[in-house]
Amino acid sequence: MNSFTRRGTLALGAGALAAGTIGRDARAAIPMGNATPPQARIESGATLRVLRPTKFVDADETVFRENSAKFAAQTGVQVRVDFAGWEDLRPQTAVAANTGAGPDVVVGWADDPHIYSDKLLDMTELANYLGQKYGGWMALPQRFGKKWGTDQWVSIPMGGTGSPCVYRISWAKEAGFDKLPTDHDGFLKLCQGLKRNGHPAGFALGNAVGDGNAYCNWLLWSHGGMVVDEAGKVAINSPQTLQALRYARELYQTFIPGTVSWGDVNNNRAYAAGEIGLTQNGVSMYFSLKNDPRTAAIAADTAMEHLPTGPAGKLAENVLLLNAMVFKHSRYPNAAKEYLRFMMEAEQYDPWLVGCGGYWAHPLNAYGESEVWRSDPKLAVYRDTNTVEYWSGYKGPISAASGSVAADYVVVQMFAAASSGQSTPEEAVREAERRCRRYYR
Amino acid sequence: MSGVTSAELPWNPRRAERGWLARLLDSKPFLIAICLFPAVGLLLTFLTYPLGLGIWLAFTDTHIGRGGVFVGFENFESLWYDRVFWSAVFYTVFYTAVATVLKFGLGLWLALLLNEKVPFKSLIRAIILMPWIVPTVLSAITFWWIYDAQFSIISYVLVDVLGWKDSYIDFLGTPWHARWSLIAANVWRGIPFVAISLLAGLQTISPSLYEAALLDGASPWQRFTKITFPLLLPILAVVLTFSVLFTFTDFQLVYAITRGGPINSTHLMATLAFQRGIPGGQLGEGAAIAVSMIPFLLFATLFSYFALARRKWQQGGSDE
Repeated sequence: MNSFTRRGTLALGAGALAAGTIGRDARAAIPMGNATPPQARIESGATLRVLRPTKFVDADETVFRENSAKFAAQTGVQVRVDFAGWEDLRPQTAVAANTGAGPDVVVGWADDPHIYSDKLLDMTELANYLGQKYGGWMALPQRFGKKWGTDQWVSIPMGGTGSPCVYRISWAKEAGFDKLPTDHDGFLKLCQGLKRNGHPAGFALGNAVGDGNAYCNWLLWSHGGMVVDEAGKVAINSPQTLQALRYARELYQTFIPGTVSWGDVNNNRAYAAGEIGLTQNGVSMYFSLKNDPRTAAIAADTAMEHLPTGPAGKLAENVLLLNAMVFKHSRYPNAAKEYLRFMMEAEQYDPWLVGCGGYWAHPLNAYGESEVWRSDPKLAVYRDTNTVEYWSGYKGPISAASGSVAADYVVVQMFAAASSGQSTPEEAVREAERRCRRYYR
Repeated sequence: MSGVTSAELPWNPRRAERGWLARLLDSKPFLIAICLFPAVGLLLTFLTYPLGLGIWLAFTDTHIGRGGVFVGFENFESLWYDRVFWSAVFYTVFYTAVATVLKFGLGLWLALLLNEKVPFKSLIRAIILMPWIVPTVLSAITFWWIYDAQFSIISYVLVDVLGWKDSYIDFLGTPWHARWSLIAANVWRGIPFVAISLLAGLQTISPSLYEAALLDGASPWQRFTKITFPLLLPILAVVLTFSVLFTFTDFQLVYAITRGGPINSTHLMATLAFQRGIPGGQLGEGAAIAVSMIPFLLFATLFSYFALARRKWQQGGSDE
């Protein structure tokens, strides 16, 4: 039996894709505004250490390394890039922040720059320059780049991976839907139809870092729920959350059995095996299907569209964001900033974006014109990834507490308990409220 | 010859001036201290300090990436009202008790079988050890596939091959299925340790005892209860202690197969401590959960030490 993990199969797929499309002409289309880069002299004898999460797509590492080598060649600043496992990155960032040693630049997760904001260099000038040159920052990167409630930038968001709905076109037709319904009722009807025809839906409800949070945050946000209010006061126990929980219970009836135990790879495997007809995932699964001859037919029958939106038609999908920060303890702050500027310029950024096949969707509007979004019309849905205005810990400040609530799967377990019938929606939300209070004390 | 005896003219060698170093090295207390130093140093650095630090952290509100202050019993108070914590305590005790009983029952049985004359004895013993030798994470991943909701080999055989059931078993999706599945995996992994240790114990029992018993006309059951079991008891106590400690502090199997799910029903105290402490960032609370394991572990150790290792009982005496 083949295991369709995101990691393994995507590597093959996107590598192949990258080989075809990376080229000098690929970036010709990126529109650029007039802006003068921040003037700062690179310190003589500077060297840089960069820490970032490990690749999911081969090109993510190779192009990133190529760009870093190019920077070294042009400026004489030697750059060493280390790749850390996704779950190790956060503790390593914490150690760097607390000991004042280690990497100069950390390309970390969305929340981390906010936890260590007093230990980071100000990025306002650089961010404004990039925004001016490349058509402005999108909504989510603005949220995660600026210090809460200010216009001061503490980090440079580099890309985000979203998780819209992925489904089988022919099976949806069979259930009477040509397109994905944009409202919750219609979506439920579609899933019920799929289930009747033996192609149930499947969303991860286990302790799955990516998929579990993606599904449950969508449920919560799209019903108007929130974990905390603007002031950071726990506000999860609301009629909206209860409504989301009741809806989740209904939707759960249309799932394939076993989703409560699903981790991040289960939905990919079940979808590739044709066991489920609808799920939610990053762009990686589509590539792995498309590039394997045995599953290419499934890819051809696959569509990706946004899930039903939240109040006022706002996209309510979960995004995993790469957020680069420079520590004050760096001996070469100018070199570090210059490195980030270099990596975000079209000459370097676009080949990376294209190489990753859109896995890390762009944070700057101009890159919406990138070749990658035209290479396959089905990818278009991922182009808007960073327009989302919801974040982990919505709608409160991004803090250590919001990170902990996500890492402890509080929201995921609330939905899992109510969906599986282990608790009533009321019990589930009270338990979640108690746990959130513990973190937001 | 003028005989001069030593008494008359005592030999008086020049006494070497002993340096402070020589005197120091001759002093017994100093030698004891210096010889113990490496061992004590290692123990202090790698056992006492981490343990002490863990206990200290349990009384603080330390987060990863931010120091904490002393908060007294606040962490424990919060755990007292925490349903997830109590379910972890329950499952840890249940997991340890059930898995240990099964491991000992099956392990002892296996040891007795292996102690008989069987062909290819060494080969079979080597094979028996396999589950114990394979890295836990590898066997955990194997079990993870065996228990997969969609691709389980067990479900496949029962449903698609034999047709005994019409739907796949949701091994890890419902609390009790998941709990028993994990216990089965732990038992599979733990049996070899018990079996091989007990086999070693069995081989120390002198065959002459069995011969004498045979002459007295003892039945196989009597030979087991009157000779094998009492003489095996000391090693049984040691193996039991180890087994209980290993099972109680198990982490890898649970973390690799369920990560504590579904909905926290298979969290062991060790996995919950990790979950809260490292990914959750609340080092203080994680440490408090880990510290809560100490009383259980002490009790288990003392129980097997005092209850099972009593010499009198082993020698066939009865408790007064």
